[in-house]
Amino acid sequence: MTLDQLPLGTPARIASVDWSALVAEEAQRLQSLGLDAGARVTLAYRGVFAGHDPLAVEIGRMTVALRRVHARAMTVEPITEAVGA
Amino acid sequence: MSRMPIVAALVGNPNAGKSALFNALTGARQKIANYPGVTVERKAGRLILPTGEPVELVDLPGSYGFDSTSPDEEVTRKVIMGEQTGQAQPDVIVLVLDSSNLEQHLVFAQEVLELGRPTVVALNMVDLAERDGLVLDPAALETALGVPVIPTVAVRRRGLAELGAAIGEARDRARAHEAHPRPHVTLPERRMLAHEMASAAIISETAKHRIHAKLDKALLHPWAGPPILFALLFVVFQAVFTWATPFADGLEALVGSLGDLVKATLPESLLRDLITDGIIAGVGSVVVFLPQIVILFFFILTMEATGYMARAAFLMDRLMAGVGLSGRSFIPLLSSFACAIPGIMATRSITDPKDRLTTILIAPMMTCSARLPVYAVIIAAFIPNDKVGPGIGLQGLVLFALYVAGIVGAMLVALVLRRSVTKGAASGFIMELPKYQLPTIKDLAIGLWQRAWIFLRRAGTMIFTVTIALWILLNFPRAEPGQDQINASVAGTLANGLAVVLEPIGFNRDMSLAIIPAMAAREVAVSSLATTYAVSASDDDDQTAMALGDQLKSRWTLPMALSFLAWFVFAPQCLSTIAVARRETNGWKWPSFMLAYLFALAYLASFVTFWTAMALGLG
Repeated sequence: MTLDQLPLGTPARIASVDWSALVAEEAQRLQSLGLDAGARVTLAYRGVFAGHDPLAVEIGRMTVALRRVHARAMTVEPITEAVGA
Repeated sequence: MSRMPIVAALVGNPNAGKSALFNALTGARQKIANYPGVTVERKAGRLILPTGEPVELVDLPGSYGFDSTSPDEEVTRKVIMGEQTGQAQPDVIVLVLDSSNLEQHLVFAQEVLELGRPTVVALNMVDLAERDGLVLDPAALETALGVPVIPTVAVRRRGLAELGAAIGEARDRARAHEAHPRPHVTLPERRMLAHEMASAAIISETAKHRIHAKLDKALLHPWAGPPILFALLFVVFQAVFTWATPFADGLEALVGSLGDLVKATLPESLLRDLITDGIIAGVGSVVVFLPQIVILFFFILTMEATGYMARAAFLMDRLMAGVGLSGRSFIPLLSSFACAIPGIMATRSITDPKDRLTTILIAPMMTCSARLPVYAVIIAAFIPNDKVGPGIGLQGLVLFALYVAGIVGAMLVALVLRRSVTKGAASGFIMELPKYQLPTIKDLAIGLWQRAWIFLRRAGTMIFTVTIALWILLNFPRAEPGQDQINASVAGTLANGLAVVLEPIGFNRDMSLAIIPAMAAREVAVSSLATTYAVSASDDDDQTAMALGDQLKSRWTLPMALSFLAWFVFAPQCLSTIAVARRETNGWKWPSFMLAYLFALAYLASFVTFWTAMALGLG
């Protein structure tokens, strides 16, 4: 599953990112915001109009807006919440 | 003994609360300028340590890392490294971290600490972290980072004295010891360390009770969010027109009585005319718009300070994507409503060069505050002050329509440009949505004061000069008795020539005359109309007392007034904007393009407006 397909509010871990699918500068910006393999993310909001673009992703205590095209490059695994995890 | 002030720099991620901390530390003693050669703003201020020692504090642009590509972040890196011309290398780095976002902010913090420069950490906004249920252990963080950590709350002035003392101590320590660069670690390692340090520094973390999540539920709601944004923007424009009225009336009365006073005290002479008709009528007619500009900036600054501006960018992204731009362009474009110059400068945060160029090219179409005086005078004179609904006046509605015309025009132009001259790979949109915060009165007041001062300085210098020059051009050569002074003057001759070209769009001689000096600054159109009619009224005593609005009403028709408004929506009436565009695009190619297409658009818009209004029988 890629990040853009993740249901809203479901915690997930980024399994891998296909950096080659992104423009180098945007890839770097995403990395500096912590959006990289291993990061724990939640999809918080989807945009309004056709295409549900852009997306708002919660990472740690930060919210980052990005486009679907970026989210599509990120493979995520939903976390099955263990108690106290 | 007078010592060189300690140079300290505030460094940190965007949204770490640097600016609020900067304001709290330096108060209103700030100097804003540009770094030489680049248009990145340099904010510096002074603070006095408990020891009496002065510190020159520099607020650096927020940065996510040293290898970033944006010009703002480049300046941050260069200043810290001591490579920025016009800025001494800081003796002490004040690393500002957002307490509730430690894990993220510690990544860049490690990169800064690697340099081994004397550093003090300000653990900022600890109150907001506590509100979010986070209890932190500054001592644990201090041990982990190996530099002093001071918890601060800029708004409540908590920790400021301690921070100042720590800056002094850090400098003294640095004198005793050499700098020791720390070993370099890679980004994934830094991120892991950041996670460990943050976890170790958090004593307890209760369930996320976050106000901003609830606010976002409403404000970013797919269906509720956009109407809220548009309603807010509508309120802003109504407020600009209605709230300002009593203040503007007061200022106008003041300007009027000042003119009367000069008339009463000085003997009748050409010098007296210069002072009353030139300086007081000209500069005064612009200064009365100060309240409106302050109100507009009040809303823009509040939206920025609360964190709503980034949400607006999020909501606008899809629409902007429709014309090939991104939500990032929304902030420069919204700033352009105040003035295109800071707007064009704000495009530096747009990473994609084609995206940025397009935003620069359309920024002048956003209705800047300098157009407001022109719109306000014409609307007040020609549009009846009727109510069209509860709280909605016809005048405010026309003003809103003018803003919308600029926006729609800009979007259409962007659409065309992105498919032709600025074609490129689809741009992206990546940006942090900061936490919501209550703006502080002090930060707002400082921001408003700075904008108001810039406006008044313009009125006092450029507009002052242009007004006097225009008055001279209008008064010389002197007319023969019985001849019209304006037709005889140099300016009148020029305007009569230009009027031939502008006649098809409904402009008369005075309108043609007004748009020439308005190239220096748009609002000069008002002062030049005021000066022109003051000069021509001198021959005719009945009209001397008439306010500018009544003068206009007696000399222009409604289609002419509407055509004049349409011209000002599009025309590139400001040399400073062209100059900034030249600097930002490194050449004359794009500014020339901008001038050409905007003049063409203005002519076309005025032509269509004038003849449509004529056809509707409004003349």
